[in-house]
Amino acid sequence: MIPASFEYLRPKTLPEAIGMLQQYGEDAKILSGGQSLIPMMKLRLARPGYLVDINRITGLAHIKEEGGYLKIGGLTREAELEASPLVRAKYQIIIDTAHVIADPQVRNLATVGGNLAHGDPANDHPATMVALGAQVVATGAKGERVIPIEEFFLTLFSTALQHDEILTEIRIPIPPPRSGGVYLKLERKVGDFATAAVAVQITLDDKGACQKVGIGLTNVGPTPVKARKAEDFLRGKKLDEANIAQAAQLAADEADPSADLRGPVEYKKGLVKELAKRALTRALQRAGK
Amino acid sequence: MAKKQTVQVKVNGREREANVEPRTLLVHFIRDHLGLTGTHVGCDTSNCGACTVILDGKNIKSCTMFAVQADGGELLTVEGLIQGGQWHPLQDGFKQEHGLQCGFCTPGMLMSSYALLQRNPQPTEEEIRWGISGNLCRCTGYQNIVKAVQFAAGKVAAGAAK
Repeated sequence: MIPASFEYLRPKTLPEAIGMLQQYGEDAKILSGGQSLIPMMKLRLARPGYLVDINRITGLAHIKEEGGYLKIGGLTREAELEASPLVRAKYQIIIDTAHVIADPQVRNLATVGGNLAHGDPANDHPATMVALGAQVVATGAKGERVIPIEEFFLTLFSTALQHDEILTEIRIPIPPPRSGGVYLKLERKVGDFATAAVAVQITLDDKGACQKVGIGLTNVGPTPVKARKAEDFLRGKKLDEANIAQAAQLAADEADPSADLRGPVEYKKGLVKELAKRALTRALQRAGK
Repeated sequence: MAKKQTVQVKVNGREREANVEPRTLLVHFIRDHLGLTGTHVGCDTSNCGACTVILDGKNIKSCTMFAVQADGGELLTVEGLIQGGQWHPLQDGFKQEHGLQCGFCTPGMLMSSYALLQRNPQPTEEEIRWGISGNLCRCTGYQNIVKAVQFAAGKVAAGAAK
């Protein structure tokens, strides 16, 4: 399968790239890891006239803690996240997530920024970033603007990014002590999108009750789902068996999946409930350590 | 048609170049422009891994990258595994342990296994299975492929101990 013809542009700097996006408008697409865009172009579901390859721009692939945030450059590859000693030591939820994205070859190219900017609710980072309360940094001609993750995903394949903006960084508030996070995904085989997946991030107070909680759901709606009712229910409560079961039910009620090859609606809601129960239980164990 | 661009790469130690349209996929550049047909087109949809090559040290699917993106890079394809007339230990392993039947997936399997052993010379069985999880084989059931990689890891370790 051969994509439709396009002009290939390879800017060396961010301002140069933004200039090209402004010049070519809606006919230009950003090429990052390309692991979603190129398959779509081969199927001719996408036919951009101009591809702006941002891979040679330096300074967009970093992983560091700074100013109270874990900062991940938009061009950071999934494989780099998986291999990062910092992420492995302190952000197990991100390791859980990166590890189940596609397969090793895809993870060598696919980027975290692309995984979010593509706006596909079947992608894995969106739910995790919702659970973590992340912020997205968009850089355009007027400079940077910071978008809270809850305001980033508008609808299927549509985000708050303007056509001349580039997702340059993801900022995750560094979790306080007694925090734990988990991403649990059911996929039919390696490389498949999630039938459903649940991301949970919690912080316990000194009495062991749930002080902060974030719950994100993958591939059960047109955008990643923030399970607000389940979060509200858990805040201030102990994560005992009954409360976990109740929160899992609330999360399942908030899921709005479609029936497809991966299963009917009822099955997917049941799956969210079970995954949420397991994820909350495991997040509690991790927070207790 | 967009104008052609020159792509220069070092392939298996040799500088090569060709003029291609930007939409030319890396796998077609390798097969049709460089004449290296050991790299296979399998599913052509980024699922099967038959087109796996090593670009700048990382195993990637050459059906899901444009040749222009690889410009200036260093490629290793299955043809480059043989060194000074000697098979790579992985090639020995696939022969000794019967790691193939039809052989269609084998170039990709070899390249993913190569990348794995570069990163992790003594992988566990589970690490091998994860390492080749982006490569599909429809003949072997994977058992003998895992054994082939274990054979190669053992041979490399024995060589290093000498």
